[in-house]
Amino acid sequence: MMDDFLFRAVLGGVLLAIVCGPFGAFIVWRRMAFFGDMLAHTALLGVALGLLIGVDVRIGMIATCLAAALILAYGQRQSRIGSDTVLGMLAHSTLALGMVALAFVQGVAVDLMAYLFGDILAVNTGDILLLAVGGAFALGILAWMWRPLLALTVSPEIAAAESIPVERLRLIFMLLMALVIGMAIKIVGVLLITALLIVPAASARFFARTPEQMAIGAGLFGAASVLAGLSLSWHVDTPAGPSIVISAAAIFVASGIVMSAKRHFAGS
Amino acid sequence: MTAPLIEGRDLVLSFGNERVLDQVSLAIHPGEIITLIGPNGAGKSTLVKTLLGLQKADSGEVVRKRGLTIGYVPQKLAIDQVLPMTVKRFLSLTRSVSRADCEGVLAQVGAGHVIDAQMSQLSGGETQRVMLARTLLLRPHLLVLDEPTQGVDVSGQAELYRLIDEIRRELDCAVLMISHDLHLVMAKTDQVVCFNRHVCCSGIPETVRQHPEYRSLFGVREADAIGIYHHEHDHEHDLSGHVVGGCGHDHSHDHAHHHHADDHAHDHNNAVKEGAGTNQ
Repeated sequence: MMDDFLFRAVLGGVLLAIVCGPFGAFIVWRRMAFFGDMLAHTALLGVALGLLIGVDVRIGMIATCLAAALILAYGQRQSRIGSDTVLGMLAHSTLALGMVALAFVQGVAVDLMAYLFGDILAVNTGDILLLAVGGAFALGILAWMWRPLLALTVSPEIAAAESIPVERLRLIFMLLMALVIGMAIKIVGVLLITALLIVPAASARFFARTPEQMAIGAGLFGAASVLAGLSLSWHVDTPAGPSIVISAAAIFVASGIVMSAKRHFAGS
Repeated sequence: MTAPLIEGRDLVLSFGNERVLDQVSLAIHPGEIITLIGPNGAGKSTLVKTLLGLQKADSGEVVRKRGLTIGYVPQKLAIDQVLPMTVKRFLSLTRSVSRADCEGVLAQVGAGHVIDAQMSQLSGGETQRVMLARTLLLRPHLLVLDEPTQGVDVSGQAELYRLIDEIRRELDCAVLMISHDLHLVMAKTDQVVCFNRHVCCSGIPETVRQHPEYRSLFGVREADAIGIYHHEHDHEHDLSGHVVGGCGHDHSHDHAHHHHADDHAHDHNNAVKEGAGTNQ
């Protein structure tokens, strides 16, 4: 029989992986991995602000991620400072600000490790509800703007020529990513969320022939990583979040080997 | 003439201190074929991006006819290897298309065999054919071609131009074509616009070749090597609408003085300076 907390961990983890799949594919295609990383870093500030103001830290994380995405969207409009520099500055100053703010939080022992590496085994029903509702919302919007967003990823010029509102879609996508990352921190943590987004998508690339196959494949590989990571954690007593990421990486390596072997035999 | 499909009015755009578009006005009417020529770094692509609405001008406006459909063919579409994309899926990029329709248009452009191939594995010529097939599905009112034969070898270029002409006939659409070389620019073009951050000169194809500004932009030898064009110097320059302040020269005079080209080269020193700050 499965323990309750393990059941919640599996449910939450799989839900998150499915949501992360299509988003991760877009992050890989649009080369936004660093952007995702930056958003995750700002989440720590959200934790501190949530505790200071007395709001649920999940709300705090999502709110700061959304705010950071907006600042970034604005920051990328100027060209005096490169957008990677803007990203780096925002990521590290908000991380530092978060750490300083946490020092002001009194009376509460904040488990920093839980936010850095996630605490999937502590996922509660509220977290799962938030993930289900927020995840369905994010995926729904993404599905609705899938075709135009993909068109502008292929070529902004083609998209603009065909009256696709390029700027608006870019902004909406950044905000959705902020929402997903804000929801994910509790489970995989600030330092590992980018891995859960990009590694399964990269694995799916080996097998996909269309963008849609890659997005769905990313969700499946992500879910498999969660299951493999949790069972590793269960049996060998390793930290859960890192185990999930290691599983994702192992799947990537295995996919690469399978594909190159296939190509090798097909070619000879 | 009927209302233009798309019109840029007095577009001004600077990147930093570099003025890339200097009071550019350009209108494209239904059925018209306009070829935009100019050296690398002249801001041709920037002008097109501005017309498409992808780049916002500092001042001036772009008026787009209601319900206008534009088919855009970039100089080369580099679909990243990270994005898996079959030709079939690419043809459905902005609207869903049946396989039968895909097969039809691909056959029409002579690329029927690539339907299940990955976009990233096509040759330059095949990619452009697929791009043209997409515009056939789109049935646009205006076809915008940004140096459509850039990544294609010379023998393929002539074939591609023939195809473009065929497609234009079938679609009966207006064409805005950007080019930096004149060798294979369509002889059927209605109007050639010589562009270097501003509209230097424009006219029917035979007129532009000897234009001093054109000659100073492309070099006299290059200009003479091209036989298609020849400039009607004595025509009344109806350019006042196109040519605006900042040129530093008078467009209404007789252009038949070759030494004048040097003056122009001098005048435009600033403007011709290798296009730092443009998106070329």
